[in-house]
Amino acid sequence: MDKLLETFKLTIITLRANKLRSLLTMLGIIIGVSSVILLISIGSGLKSYITGQLQGLGSNSLYVVPGNLELKPGGGGSGGTAILKFTVAHYRELTQKGTTFQAVMGYSENNGTVSYAGKSKTLQVAGVGYQYPEVRNQYPIQGTFFNATQQEAGKKVIVLGKTVADDLFGNEDPMGKKITLSDNKFTVLGVLEKKGAFGSVDMDNQVFIPFTTAMTTFDVDKIQSFWIEAKDTVSIDQAKAEIKKILLRTLKQDDFSVLDTGSIITVISQVLGVLTIALAGIAAISLIVGGIGIMNIMLVSVTERTKEIGLRKAVGATPKIIMIQFLIESTVISVAGGIIGIILGVGGSLAMKSFLPTSVSFWSILLAFSVSVIIGVVFGVMPAARAARLNPIQALRYE
Amino acid sequence: MSAPKLSKMPILELQNVGKAYQIDSQNLQILKGINLEVKKGDFIAIMGPSGSGKSTLMNIIGCLDTPTSGKVIFENHDVSKLSETELAQIRNQKVGFVFQTFNLIPRTTALANVELPLIYKGLPATERTVLAKKVLEQFGLGPRISHFPNQLSGGEQQRVAISRALVTQPLIILADEPTGNLDSKTGEEIIKIFQDLNKAGNTVILVTHDKDIADQAKKIIKIHDGQIVGNI
Repeated sequence: MDKLLETFKLTIITLRANKLRSLLTMLGIIIGVSSVILLISIGSGLKSYITGQLQGLGSNSLYVVPGNLELKPGGGGSGGTAILKFTVAHYRELTQKGTTFQAVMGYSENNGTVSYAGKSKTLQVAGVGYQYPEVRNQYPIQGTFFNATQQEAGKKVIVLGKTVADDLFGNEDPMGKKITLSDNKFTVLGVLEKKGAFGSVDMDNQVFIPFTTAMTTFDVDKIQSFWIEAKDTVSIDQAKAEIKKILLRTLKQDDFSVLDTGSIITVISQVLGVLTIALAGIAAISLIVGGIGIMNIMLVSVTERTKEIGLRKAVGATPKIIMIQFLIESTVISVAGGIIGIILGVGGSLAMKSFLPTSVSFWSILLAFSVSVIIGVVFGVMPAARAARLNPIQALRYE
Repeated sequence: MSAPKLSKMPILELQNVGKAYQIDSQNLQILKGINLEVKKGDFIAIMGPSGSGKSTLMNIIGCLDTPTSGKVIFENHDVSKLSETELAQIRNQKVGFVFQTFNLIPRTTALANVELPLIYKGLPATERTVLAKKVLEQFGLGPRISHFPNQLSGGEQQRVAISRALVTQPLIILADEPTGNLDSKTGEEIIKIFQDLNKAGNTVILVTHDKDIADQAKKIIKIHDGQIVGNI
């Protein structure tokens, strides 16, 4: 035990005497460990962020989108051509025949420019159903949302996101004002409460109009997608089956897909998981390169210190203790590199937190640390064995 | 110091020792039929030209090497067939080496250099420091204990090396051309140290090619072509 402690002290002395060399040798491990930790923290942060956001949409939500992109865990869909096929007739059928839905909304996203009193803004125009506030759990803080009658008639009414209201009106009261959207005058009905950003998208920087109005405003005869809210009393799969049954009367299997939040979360988690592992794996290659660097420098160190090894053997060092000495040295290099890498990786992901949802996981630190220990030992064995095998007489004579 | 009866008993005995190397299917006999007895309190100089085999002989005496024939008996134990680890332990406890090139470990202090054999012996730190300091002070190196080898003169470095050899209280002190890298005045001082050590009861074996130095020993063994040719 005492021998080990002495050997350890000596290692520190040796490494301090060769500061630059030790640091350069560690560099491979530092880069490897820090990038593995960073990538894993970005991956898992992104995953939990997106999952959280999607769960916020509600677990009863179903999305009917054109084309065959049925997302299945473990295998993607065939893609298919996403030609818009949904009509108002489909909307009526879903609304009237559906028994498992509590809300059916047409949903579309278009880019448009709104202007009021000389100020204008280009933003996302969401064509939604009148049930939007309940489904999304986002209610007007001022005025009202449009109602079923206004939707049915395709009235030119608009509800503003908070950011839009602030930018266009400032301190002025927007209620009842006419604003221009794509050459049409819209009456402002209300302003929605703040919802915050979804990733880099400001959810409050959009305006809401009835999806029926969106069709005429943007001059399309098809509905982009349906957003259906299943009843709490039925299972998602029952609702899914009913949507398919209704739509298959007039549409083909490949014309549409029904997605639910759960399956989207599963697929996104899987994709991000695979991506994270792949990226971390690539970063891990630099750990191997770092290990080879350590082995290289240890071989140089053994050669440089041949005479010292001979002397140590002459005064009584056994091959085993020489072996341990060099193993400790290589392990200290890689563990020190690992610790610096962990500090940089954790620091880096904390620094990135302002613009990326990173989350440092304890297991990635543990993994990085144990990998650096293993690298130190594995890549140190060969040089250490060479030192231990040195013939003391030849080593003492070495110049 | 020790009883005269004990001093009659050999502490090291070489019986018909031979050493051969196999180089390119050629059998090279370095040592042939060496018989040697070392008794406690001896001061022996091994002399011979380079290539005579005196270094090989010294390596075998110092347990750095094993003979290919014959026996090496250290305090009634045959050490000629021991493993590398066992030999390391014998070197650690029974032999003190002094080299021509001092062989101090750079980057570590004089004190740490002297402590080194005690580390391998397994002594606790406090005990090591006490012992090492004592020996260093004995050679007037007290104020130098925290100096590094490159801050010491040649004579001082060799005195540190002698301290390192003595700190384990070995049976035999083996010095290989200990004055070879020193000027003649410093060399004389070092030889004087060996004489004093011998007077104090230590067994000293000196390997040299220098007749004047060999003359300082009590006994000279001349070696030529791997054989002892003179025993004065």
